[in-house]
Amino acid sequence: MLQQTRAVSPDYFHKVVDCQWACPAHTPVPEYIRLIADGRYADAYMINWKSNVFPGILGRTCDRPCEPACRRGRVEDEPVAICRLKRVAADNKGDVSGQMPAPTTARNGKRIAMVGAGPASLAVARDLAPLGYEIVIYDAETASGGMIRSQIPRFRLPMEVIDEEVDFITRLGGIELRMGQRIDSLKGLIAEGYDAIFVGSGAPRGRELDIPGRQEAAANVHIGIDWLSSVSFGHVDRIGRRVIVLGGGNTAMDCCRTSRRLGGEDVKVIVRSGFEEMKASPWEKEDAMHEDIPILNMRVPKEFTHKDGKLTGVLFEVVEVQYDDKGRRRLVPSGAPDEHHECDDVLVAVGQENAFPWIERDLGITFDEWDVPKVDPVTMGCGLPGVFFGGDAAFGPKNIIWAVAHAHEAAISIHKYCQGEDLHQRPPPDFSLVSQKMGIHEWSYDNDISNDRRYRVPQRDKAEALKDVRLEVELGFNPTLGLGEAQRCLNCDVQTVFADKLCIECDACVDICPMDCITFTEVGEEDELRTRLNAPATNTTQDLYVSGVLPTARVMVKDEDVCLHCGLCAERCPTGAWDMQKSYVEMTQAGAACSSR
Amino acid sequence: MTYILKPRLHHPQLPTNSLGYTRRDYEGSVSTLCAGCGHDSISGAIIQACFELELPPHRVAKLSGIGCSSKTPDYFLGNSHGFNTVHGRMPSVLTGANLANRELIYLGVSGDGDSASIGLGQFAHAIRRGVNMLYIVENNGVYGLTKGQFSATSDKGSKSKRGVENHDSGIDMVSLALQMGATYVARSFSGDKAQLVPLIKAGLAHKGAAFIDCISPCVQFNNHNGSTKSFDYVREHNEAVNRLDVISHRDPIKVDYAPGQTVRVQQHDGSILSLHKLAELYNPNNRAQALGYLQARQARGQIVTGLLFVDPGAHDLHDSVGTVDTPLNQLTERELVPGQAALDRINAGFR
Ligand SMILES: Cc1cc2nc3c(=O)[nH]c(=O)nc-3n(C[C@H](O)[C@H](O)[C@H](O)COP(=O)(O)OP(=O)(O)OC[C@H]3O[C@@H](n4cnc5c(N)ncnc54)[C@H](O)[C@@H]3O)c2cc1C
Ligand SMILES: Cc1ncc(C[n+]2csc(CCOP(=O)(O)OP(=O)(O)O)c2C)c(N)n1
Ligand code: SF4
Ligand code: SF4
Ligand code: SF4
Ligand SMILES: [Mg+2]
Repeated sequence: MLQQTRAVSPDYFHKVVDCQWACPAHTPVPEYIRLIADGRYADAYMINWKSNVFPGILGRTCDRPCEPACRRGRVEDEPVAICRLKRVAADNKGDVSGQMPAPTTARNGKRIAMVGAGPASLAVARDLAPLGYEIVIYDAETASGGMIRSQIPRFRLPMEVIDEEVDFITRLGGIELRMGQRIDSLKGLIAEGYDAIFVGSGAPRGRELDIPGRQEAAANVHIGIDWLSSVSFGHVDRIGRRVIVLGGGNTAMDCCRTSRRLGGEDVKVIVRSGFEEMKASPWEKEDAMHEDIPILNMRVPKEFTHKDGKLTGVLFEVVEVQYDDKGRRRLVPSGAPDEHHECDDVLVAVGQENAFPWIERDLGITFDEWDVPKVDPVTMGCGLPGVFFGGDAAFGPKNIIWAVAHAHEAAISIHKYCQGEDLHQRPPPDFSLVSQKMGIHEWSYDNDISNDRRYRVPQRDKAEALKDVRLEVELGFNPTLGLGEAQRCLNCDVQTVFADKLCIECDACVDICPMDCITFTEVGEEDELRTRLNAPATNTTQDLYVSGVLPTARVMVKDEDVCLHCGLCAERCPTGAWDMQKSYVEMTQAGAACSSR
Repeated sequence: MTYILKPRLHHPQLPTNSLGYTRRDYEGSVSTLCAGCGHDSISGAIIQACFELELPPHRVAKLSGIGCSSKTPDYFLGNSHGFNTVHGRMPSVLTGANLANRELIYLGVSGDGDSASIGLGQFAHAIRRGVNMLYIVENNGVYGLTKGQFSATSDKGSKSKRGVENHDSGIDMVSLALQMGATYVARSFSGDKAQLVPLIKAGLAHKGAAFIDCISPCVQFNNHNGSTKSFDYVREHNEAVNRLDVISHRDPIKVDYAPGQTVRVQQHDGSILSLHKLAELYNPNNRAQALGYLQARQARGQIVTGLLFVDPGAHDLHDSVGTVDTPLNQLTERELVPGQAALDRINAGFR
């Protein structure tokens, strides 16, 4: 029998807040969206800063796993533009220095080394510095930020935004950046006597494409991520007129758009997979096509053609999809003649790999066949006590928000390790549930549901944008557009909380609910129960909220799936059995609160 | 009441009927009744019934008198015809409208005060004339709108919210409707949509005077201990005699009850009422038996609900008066002024 939903279960209510649940760092999204709607940009920024450390950067570049999860996308066409709202907070926050933790001067006597100054290390440093740790960050590059600075192009992420958010961290005190220093031996670093080491060295190697002609045409065949960092650091500022980008991920998208700004007029992306299967996000593909970059799919590169030691083009085999008898999808030669595409330069963006030549293999750290270390996904520790991993170095290339999420966990572990605590005792999140009732029909949140469709982010005029590789393309929502978009949020954290004892089974909530979420029915097994609710509850990733047995021997069942959190059930309830209560889930970070003692 | 409008968004899998409407399209404006009022559930049931019957909203006329119950037509069928009459006068306005245009579907919505107190005479005559309509009384035993005075359907001995006892005998609308010759009579409870929705559907499909006495607790003034119209009291004393399924021509006929327990009745419009018997001896085709059964059960303190009587071959007012098939409001001068020769013929008939 389906059990009654435990009245106050942090995880149950957290899961209802789809965006926050989906965010690797569990950012309290609806809370900051309401603050934006309220014009309280600095407060909205600080909520983000606490959770995800880089609101201005992420507000422009995040992979936004929250958006596909957003409930709004299940009740109409598109989710809330959560990511770009974050940018609204960052753009309009003003001076937040007063809200930042004061620089620490008191040291706790522990020294931590970090390899790499990318988002992973910086976020660990952000969490640990206020606790008095002395932190030394090593990076082979001349500027901090890792791939945020070296790979992500300036037309997506301006320098000032990176500088500001890196500064917020380095100003916390106790952090020393040793730029231009490559770590060549982990053993050597250990020997320097640090109390713990964090490896945030990323996945720095671009995958090669070993097909005939690679050597001969080498001068005009570039590895995408290396080429992008050369552009970022100003070593490269031109490319040929005709460019072919090989690959279908984010790197490919950044390569082709960068090419358009460095002299590439005829730029094409050519991928082996189908268009739909490309790794790049839909909006990245849209942005590329908007800049007149065609994407040709189902073409496998066979050979770099060259003449007199100079690249002339790429030869492709044309493939098609075939399903074998087990229904598995395969790409097989289509039989069509090979295609030759002429070009002056090729950018190879077919993948990224980890590389740990500097970690000795006899230290207790195990690596798999792809050179990915074996890392505990809970503690971020490895086979060698006191050494922790995070970001792309931990489980292969991911993205910034995952790097941040790893960093919070690693920071907790480092802190516990230095305090001699059990790493596996993880701190529970902070949780509260508070009624939002202000009067008979008054709530502390705006429960009127906006009918607006997702707003488009204004962009710079294309001709102007293509002139300068450093000119940001997106202009961001202005406060008016930001308000409109913020109002689309359904306030999923304002929970519908049901008190069995007060219910008189009058059906008022059932009648008013615009989404047919609520049913009073006989209790049963979940699978069967889902079929006989007022609306079929087919989305099994969403929970059913089940009351205790009521006087008529029935139970109240609410399907959380498409609830608008409009509060009408609570407004129409004559006894207050339904109440709208705001849940606030805040992940516990390194510090006193995470202590298991 | 609520301050915000009910959001336009609806469940992504909300079904549409053959007219392309969802159930939400049969809603009206946001209710201003007290939160939890039984009347709102009845509105919900009417919306569901009209959606399921696939009624074109503009073919429905909803009429009411005065009272919280009589306000409800504003909260359903926002695209139908409506008329809010003075207190207790809905039956005669409905009768007139029906005579003028027999092609609309007439739904009268009233309260126990509106129909059993000030409008008792009107109610009785509309029923006995066999006006083709569904007449629903949303019965809460009080005048809700004027703050909870006992109404004429309040049971003798029941207590007001302040503890004052009612000394007058209650009028049983169902018995009255049966005596007045209603050809479809049912009682239901706002808190039981599974029972109510099919009863409304069958009542709307019925030709002749159809009546539903729907007990509908007033949460504000009549939902306390000592009331016989409270949620708890009605649930404790409810005795359903049958469960109804309405099968329209389109639906495949499925039998889900053991044979012998099910009575099938074909209505005028071809729809089939499939009645699952709960009370072994109850026969919904016998007026006299129905009256006797009601009296006996009432004496035991039970509230009998379900389809209590139906005459599937009933006639309506138009049949008895012999009106033309064309709605009167569509007759042109040619038919209405047939000329001297025709008049002479009529006059000759009286000699
Ligand atoms: C072209 C491109 C575009 C991208 N776009 C996005 C995007 O839009 N959104 C998003 O979320 N993610 C994006 N990513 C991914 C994102 O940049 C990474 O996931 C993220 O930067 C990983 O952070 P990290 O701290 O783990 O490592 P990195 O950012 O890779 O930083 C690692 C740092 O370690 C240094 N290092 C490595 N080895 C050593 C050593 N032995 N000694 C000293 N220093 C060393 C490197 O110089 C580097 O600075 C993109 C990646 C690429 C390649
Ligand atoms: C001619 C006239 N007399 C009296 C009233 C006052 N009045 C308004 S509503 C009402 C009673 C309504 O009772 P009921 O029909 O049971 O409706 P409820 O509010 O209970 O649903 C009365 C007496 C009136 N509006 N008009
Ligand atoms: S509607 Fe708002 S709270 Fe709900 S998932 Fe989307 S962004 Fe989060
Ligand atoms: S808040 Fe209540 S009325 Fe609104 S959609 Fe959710 S369950 Fe339905
Ligand atoms: S007073 Fe009674 S009948 Fe009128 S709206 Fe309120 S609960 Fe309903
Ligand atoms: Mg009344």
